[in-house]
Amino acid sequence: MAERKPPDSLERLDARLEEARRRQPDGRSRGVETEGMSAFGFAWRVGLELISALVVGVAIGYMLDRWLGTRPWLLILFFILGSAAGLLNVFRMTSGLGGAVGHGKGPGGRITEARTRADDTDEE
Amino acid sequence: MAAAGTDSPLEQFKIEPLIPIHLGKLDLSFTNSSLVMVVALVLITSLLLVGARPRALVPGRLQSVAELAYEFVANLLSDTIGEEGKRYFPIVFTIFMFVLFGNLIGLVPFSFTFTSHIIVTFALAFSVFIGVTILALARHGLHFARFFVPPGVSPALWPLLIPIEIISYLSRPISLSVRLFANMLAGHTLLKVFAGFVFLLGFAGFFPLAFVVALSGLEFLIAFLQAYVFAILTCLYINDALHLH
Repeated sequence: MAERKPPDSLERLDARLEEARRRQPDGRSRGVETEGMSAFGFAWRVGLELISALVVGVAIGYMLDRWLGTRPWLLILFFILGSAAGLLNVFRMTSGLGGAVGHGKGPGGRITEARTRADDTDEE
Repeated sequence: MAAAGTDSPLEQFKIEPLIPIHLGKLDLSFTNSSLVMVVALVLITSLLLVGARPRALVPGRLQSVAELAYEFVANLLSDTIGEEGKRYFPIVFTIFMFVLFGNLIGLVPFSFTFTSHIIVTFALAFSVFIGVTILALARHGLHFARFFVPPGVSPALWPLLIPIEIISYLSRPISLSVRLFANMLAGHTLLKVFAGFVFLLGFAGFFPLAFVVALSGLEFLIAFLQAYVFAILTCLYINDALHLH
């Protein structure tokens, strides 16, 4: 039966595939299996973004202090700047811009979506 | 920790020099970590070479795996960067396979997980960071500086905002490397801790054993996921460097 008219059935399969692809929200096929853990993963990632910017800020402040001999002041200044950068990272992450730098609009929805996908596949 | 040190859950992360090599003050010994990295490279290369050899229209098992990996990374690139991203396939594919095989080999009992060492993941993330910065500089020259200037903000605020942007940019390799390293370290330590409970609890050790089995499954998922996250973030950084906004 199937052998008698393979072109037809293949074409129908193609049409069905095409329809299924259109129904599927773009790019949502991967990375959804961790939905249950995503809240925890999200919280973990917020902490990571905050801390990593803070570490960079403190390191810069400490090294500039040692270099310029202005003991505590630059460390304090860069501690504050680092916290601000950490909050900026978190803000970008939650607004779907991922680790992007710059305030402008992302170059397209595709990228924003890929970023949110990268966000919610993160865990532990 | 444990008295003998041999039954500590952190024992698995110990680096042991196999062939000591000392150049001046540098310790370049070939360690168990290097050995596993070489094993990973050999496995990746042989998977691709052996897998691609039949060139069958209907692929066999090995060829399917090789093609799956190839298509996965190719789709990742076209999803995040677009047509232009094809040029960066080799680097992203290399990073993805290296991290993935590092994670997977670590799941083999008595082996070593090189991705659970911060220096390895940081070296990877930092090379990505340097490469992306050079790419942005080569593409945009001095326009790259506009990367750090938020548009629509009065110049009076620039002295405050530009350092914040720069710190935010510099924090990328740290968050990228810590994410992979912490996931692998935490997962493997947890596995060992619960495996230790199995013997301590005697008959009731069945429960931690069941947990270890479930956790091993989860570790496989995390091994893939973290390689994926590492690769997709690399893609996003490349995309940022190509299209400054």
